[in-house]
Amino acid sequence: MNLRTPLGDEILDLRAGDTVTLSGTIYTARDEAHLQMIEEGIPFDPEGAAIYHCGPVVQDDRLIVAGPTTSARMNALTGFLIDAGVRALVGKGGMGPEVVEELRGRAVYLALTGGCAALAAARMSLSGVYFEELGMAEAVWIIEADRLPLTVGIDAHGGDIFHAVREKAKTQFHQHFNIR
Amino acid sequence: MMVNPVDPALSSALADATEKALREAEIRLPSDVLAALRRAAAAERDGIARREFENILENIALAEERRVPICQDTGVPVVYLTLPPDVALSPAIFAGIREGVQRATATIPLRPNVVDPLTRKNTGDNTGAGMPAVHVTPGDRLTVTVLPKGAGSENASRIGMLLPSQAGDIPRFVAETMLIAGGKPCPPVFLGVGIGGTFDMAAALAKEALLLPVDTMDDYEQEICDAVNALGIGPMGLGGDTTALSVKVKQADCHTASLPVAVNVQCWACRRATVEVER
Repeated sequence: MNLRTPLGDEILDLRAGDTVTLSGTIYTARDEAHLQMIEEGIPFDPEGAAIYHCGPVVQDDRLIVAGPTTSARMNALTGFLIDAGVRALVGKGGMGPEVVEELRGRAVYLALTGGCAALAAARMSLSGVYFEELGMAEAVWIIEADRLPLTVGIDAHGGDIFHAVREKAKTQFHQHFNIR
Repeated sequence: MMVNPVDPALSSALADATEKALREAEIRLPSDVLAALRRAAAAERDGIARREFENILENIALAEERRVPICQDTGVPVVYLTLPPDVALSPAIFAGIREGVQRATATIPLRPNVVDPLTRKNTGDNTGAGMPAVHVTPGDRLTVTVLPKGAGSENASRIGMLLPSQAGDIPRFVAETMLIAGGKPCPPVFLGVGIGGTFDMAAALAKEALLLPVDTMDDYEQEICDAVNALGIGPMGLGGDTTALSVKVKQADCHTASLPVAVNVQCWACRRATVEVER
């Protein structure tokens, strides 16, 4: 499926493991940006928006590279965004069980391959910035995305591919080392 | 004849070599690392994992084509210097390496990642107290090797002070490190394992093991690698055959009552480059 922001109920049709592309305006946010938005409010229209967990390299108002950062750092900071109408989180590594519940019936988590910063930047252009005082990595950059290649990591129905893989890994670990 | 320890030409040559090595490491993966990724991509059977490999290989090609860093986490600068007998270890050498890091940060460009550990204030140029981390060993030639280390994988690294009776548990300790880490360190990973020495030496050995070529493994390294891959974590924690691309072990003798074991986790972008200093 090819998704475009602002997102609507089409994201409810997605299932963990599906391949999608995402186009349109997206907003970067890491730890500091989440904390500042909780304090000062969200500087953009959150209805149908997509948040990108990313701290890019920017030079002369150009995105040089912009791959995803570890999403789990934002586990405890994400609920207010979903409550405000955000429909997709984009990042790497998956998120905690509290976020799986927050997404239920409302939004999805989309995984972009970690480290693929040149690939991501090749499909993005920079159109503005909020909270620039937080510095290059932590500011909220406004990005126009063009067909980002993503995997649905957590769907809006509790399906969580990362959780399933982790549970299987635990079983395999115990089997491999004969731990009872 | 000894080179003048405050020789500004030496300092400048070190800066040039450091900048050049960082540029090479950040933009192009070493051929052994690339070969390991291509082998694993060809052998991978899981559909999602195959797509992840496609993205990784396309990203590597795009970084080279656009002359940009492979990953936006351009890491913190870890530097290994070999010093020939005719060059004295002097402040000029450290100053040169520092300047090379500052220049690389501005020109490549790199993301400024170095901060005060408590105030979290960013120094802005990837240098700071104790940064770059510089390790010096004697050698035949004056060379600078850089290993820019990203945080996602560094944060998943682990050290254990095992009991001498637990030598057989080392593969389990390494696999457990990846079980805890899951998809967070951007697998498929390269694992550097340091065994023995002291608490600090085991960690240093683990990092040095990441400098070793990854095209071969001995039986012990293969045993550990197979145990990690049995977990099925796969690229990015989305499941698959490939969790670790290689395991390299470095060891040192240790106290009869100790068994330090350190695991340094390295994401698929195992960036390293060596440049000989022109003088």
